[in-house]
Amino acid sequence: MRIPIETYELDNGLFVTLSEDHTAPIVAVNLWYHVGSANERTGRTGFAHLFEHMLFQGSAHVGSNEHFELIQRAGGTLNGSTWLERTNYYETVPSHQLALALWLEADRMGDLLPAMTQEKLDTQRDVVKNERRWAVDNQPYGTMLEKLQELTFPRTHPFHHSLIGSMEDLSEASLDDIAQFFATYYTPDNAVLSIAGDFERAEAQRLISEYFAPIPRGKGKPPLPPMNLPPVFGRPGREVVPDNVSLSRLFLAFRSPVFGSAEYYAASVTSAILGLRKGSRLHRSLVRDRQIASDAASYTFDLAKGTDLLIVDVTARPEISPSQLEEEVEREIDLIYAEGVTQLEVKRAIALIETDLVSSLQSAGDRADRLSMFATYFRDPQLINEQSAAYRAVTTDRVNALIAERLGANNRASLMYVPREGVESEPMLAAAVSAG
Amino acid sequence: MVTAVRPRASAPRAYRFPTFTQEVLPTGLRLVVAPVEKLPLVTVLVVIDAGSTIDPAGKEGLAALTADALLEGTREFDGAQLTERFEQLGTAVESGADWDSAFVKLTVLSDRLEEATALLGEAIGNPTFPDREIERLKAERLAEILQIETEPRGLADEKFSEFLYSAASRYAKPDDGTAESVAGLTRSDVDTFFRSYYRSGATTVVVAGAITPLLARNLVAKAFSGWSQGVGPGRALIASPRANSRTVHIVNKPDAPQSELRVGHLGLPRKHPDFFPTMVMNAVLGGLFGSRINMNLREEHGYTYGASSYYDWRRGPGPFVVATAVQSEVTAAALREILAEIERIRSDRIAEEELSLARDYLDGVFPIRYETTTAIASALANLVIYALKSDYYDTYRTRVREVTTDDVLQAARNHLHPGLLQTVIVGDSAAIKDSVGQLGFGEVRVHAAQND
Repeated sequence: MRIPIETYELDNGLFVTLSEDHTAPIVAVNLWYHVGSANERTGRTGFAHLFEHMLFQGSAHVGSNEHFELIQRAGGTLNGSTWLERTNYYETVPSHQLALALWLEADRMGDLLPAMTQEKLDTQRDVVKNERRWAVDNQPYGTMLEKLQELTFPRTHPFHHSLIGSMEDLSEASLDDIAQFFATYYTPDNAVLSIAGDFERAEAQRLISEYFAPIPRGKGKPPLPPMNLPPVFGRPGREVVPDNVSLSRLFLAFRSPVFGSAEYYAASVTSAILGLRKGSRLHRSLVRDRQIASDAASYTFDLAKGTDLLIVDVTARPEISPSQLEEEVEREIDLIYAEGVTQLEVKRAIALIETDLVSSLQSAGDRADRLSMFATYFRDPQLINEQSAAYRAVTTDRVNALIAERLGANNRASLMYVPREGVESEPMLAAAVSAG
Repeated sequence: MVTAVRPRASAPRAYRFPTFTQEVLPTGLRLVVAPVEKLPLVTVLVVIDAGSTIDPAGKEGLAALTADALLEGTREFDGAQLTERFEQLGTAVESGADWDSAFVKLTVLSDRLEEATALLGEAIGNPTFPDREIERLKAERLAEILQIETEPRGLADEKFSEFLYSAASRYAKPDDGTAESVAGLTRSDVDTFFRSYYRSGATTVVVAGAITPLLARNLVAKAFSGWSQGVGPGRALIASPRANSRTVHIVNKPDAPQSELRVGHLGLPRKHPDFFPTMVMNAVLGGLFGSRINMNLREEHGYTYGASSYYDWRRGPGPFVVATAVQSEVTAAALREILAEIERIRSDRIAEEELSLARDYLDGVFPIRYETTTAIASALANLVIYALKSDYYDTYRTRVREVTTDDVLQAARNHLHPGLLQTVIVGDSAAIKDSVGQLGFGEVRVHAAQND
């Protein structure tokens, strides 16, 4: 099954992907800017995400919060999100409202700064600080992402620092930072635009030219520091976090081949064998058979640069101590490392992934987002049509080779959350905490 | 420079909710099929009139446990083998119960549908409910209950229900049960519940996706041939308020950086004749990003990452609730704003632009809600669960468009009750208790997060 795809580039460097589907009068507009927290400078952690908030505060011809209002009034849904490597903005609207969505995106790409004020920045800074409190500080295991980043990437690596940012750095962000970040990264040559769903090709191209072609190309962005890392950690990393949680939970991270590489698919299948759904190894063994875990999962972060991370994520039963949890999980990984996996396990994983791949093409918004992803990372949105084949090509031998290379004791970083009151009762843990 | 001229919308294209067929099979089982030819995918959603509201008193969580245990073994295969067989077909079956029904659902590539449905029939035709699996599922639920004690959002939701409804109301306790009730459930409870309620007369199977009604009928009739006919005994639903005046409950979480707030009262049953005006009224009050409560608390004051209000529509009167999380020092100020917004929408007619925002959004977004086979299946299941007319989705947009500012004012006056507001705060009592006490939100009671 293939979806139709057409791509072209405007003179200003904006990369465009079009994918028509006329089954319902719905169209999705999706922009990826190739900038994320990795591009932040020292002392400005969280800025890429704060900036994303500011993009909803109006632009030259759009009032504060009017972007939201106009799209909702048009019967559409919208949002944006920030990740280590990219920031995306998207609308799904009834198809006769395509022009509105494109114009709004063009206005803020072309002419954001006239709408920026200190007052808006102060309010959004408070909103983001509350987002941090809500999603990170006041949420069990909420610090997981930033702690994993800190633990698994060297201090100088662009993926080392927190995406949501520290309260101190958020306080420091200024209007000058906004202007500079906008000029450097929010340029057509650093963005891709995807449209998926019900639209007429000629009309869409006309609108794109009218709205986006006048926006000047950028002056280039500073290169990221070197991101490549050795395939394994070497020295094992370990952090124990006593926290306001009820159950111990272990995140075990492995360096893993970057998203989109040939070996990535073997890694993705490995994580599915370990922890996708209830028939996976970890679920079957730790949750169902031995009953030491209340939940078990595994996934990859899908990072496209430097190194990806494969994560094993297991939550203990209340009666299981943190060290027991760690031992049992390590034993499962040692087992798979020693013996490899079977063809049946590979088949199960690929079958599940394939259904998910087809399901992810159902909504125009998801379709457009995946097209933007392949366009941003690889300049090749056609890859959306190659995913099933890439997974089907993964053999048991390739999975076992990946496991031999990446799941050994020399490639594990462990992040363990433990209930605060449980720490003192375990001398080993108390020692680890004070050492960390 | 991008043009200052705002684009105008072109002519809208017609949309129709997917057409579907409905029939009752000779066994009494109801079958609903929506052929959707977009992608080679099919969703099968089984809903059984065996939701949590029919849990017997003291056995709260039984409906949920029964649904969870449904796929844990047959005479021939154990739960692990069943799971393996489904997943080899690229599908994971989920089962569970919410207030108004139990459900079993799967989504599968269409060329594997026949095998998947046959397997589903095998799995649920005669489940054996092995003791070991029942005990494991209970232990997993108990672990989840422990987790909620340290999870402010889940804890606020649970405490709000507990303080909102009288003790005799089923809604006062979590649908999955409490630590005490779950600990007491046995294999025999599950088996008895299954035999009483999982019957073809109480079951609807919705099939949506790349399939014809004829094929769906054959597959479903075969898969469910083992279930007994008829329906289970009914149980009267009690849903009455716990307090007749405002009360504030602080669930103490020392040093919490934020207060999780829930403010509300009993809402309306799903079948209430004022459903549409009330839904539109709530969209203006707190249902949309551009709603009054979110604009006030987030965009004007920066108190929060987000604030919203909703009616939890159930067969009985679920809660009406305003939910948000604000930094601790503005807890009292945020509560004052929430109350002011509830009072304002009751006292003055909303502006035409506010009505049109809510109305145009709810009308326009309608097709976007039904892009996936799971969303279509779930919409069709709701027709049955809430006994809605079969043209409900065809008339939905017209009914939304018919709501006037007068209707909204009436809905606000009739269905928002500032004098009855119950407030739950999961937060740092020492930091907020005094300022909250001065608000006039009623007597303040402080509770520990853990149940003893």
